Amino acid sequence: MGLVRNVRDDGLGGLEHNFLTGRIEDVVKWSRSRSSWGATFGLACCAIEMMATGTSHYDLGRFGMEVFRASPRQADIMIVAGRVSQKMAPVLRQVYDQMMEPKWVISMGVCASSGGMFNNYAIVQGVDQIVPVDVYAPGCPPTPETLIHAIETLHQMIEDGEIMRRRTASGVGAGVRVQEIAAGTLTPVILRSK
Amino acid sequence: MHGSPLVDSLGQSVLFVAKDRYIAVLKELSADGYEMCIDLTAVDYLTHPGRNLPDDIVAERFEIVVNLLSLRHHKRLRLRVQVAESEVSIDSAFDIYPGSEAMEREVFDMFGISFSGHPDMTRILMPEDWDGHPLRKDYSQGFIPVQFKGAAS
Repeated sequence: MGLVRNVRDDGLGGLEHNFLTGRIEDVVKWSRSRSSWGATFGLACCAIEMMATGTSHYDLGRFGMEVFRASPRQADIMIVAGRVSQKMAPVLRQVYDQMMEPKWVISMGVCASSGGMFNNYAIVQGVDQIVPVDVYAPGCPPTPETLIHAIETLHQMIEDGEIMRRRTASGVGAGVRVQEIAAGTLTPVILRSK
Repeated sequence: MHGSPLVDSLGQSVLFVAKDRYIAVLKELSADGYEMCIDLTAVDYLTHPGRNLPDDIVAERFEIVVNLLSLRHHKRLRLRVQVAESEVSIDSAFDIYPGSEAMEREVFDMFGISFSGHPDMTRILMPEDWDGHPLRKDYSQGFIPVQFKGAAS
């Protein structure tokens, strides 16, 4: 079922089976890939290209992704767009954990994929040390076409079903521990000038 | 100027202040019309070959650099204060220029120079439990060697 590859046959007319006789699982996978909403995780320059991909010229709305949900509870795809610093890493993991299954991660740009040009103390060398990544989109920043290619690759993987078979039941990640500081345990600092 | 040597550096005024006179000079300058503290940063001269300082200033490893702006008189001034490695602390300019709060935290985070009298002397850029001060010259670069197969070297 190379639905996504065959743009002309897209839509209901592209289904191999009649809508009534198609397997429910195929329909579910098809609809998941057509209406996956992204979680806003634009960190740096790649976020600008992600925004540009959402605008009318490149238009992510064609692929059902025009809505970028700020709440991770409502998002399917986390596009990590930009540099992840050491301080941001636990936050990234927390947002990923709050997303509901099924969820996928696109690592957009070289900084998210491998640390990019920043090979130093401050930047995590590849976001796959923190969250499991499904598609890597290289580029600094990747052009909107590259990002659309990555998104469509992911959509194809969703539709083929191979991505759903991959995950283990435990869903373990990179073992990053998020230490919760309970509210009220730290004395607040009040700044004022004399 | 205010008891400290004033040097002209390529058309910009630089005032070399001793650490014990730092806050007093800042108060005088602030009363003189330098209302804004534009920047407060530091330099680590550990690997520096040598720099020109006025005669009565002893060169130390760290230097605090403060840039002041006088909107009233359209003048800028730079202060350079030597901070020794043996006593890596200096008074905070927060009482005179409250805007220096974040900049002093950054200097503490990156160089380890603590500011006495600062309301919240904690790290601002690195995680709170980070070890070491990254912008010091003896802090290892912390890079992962990458073999780039496409390059000639």
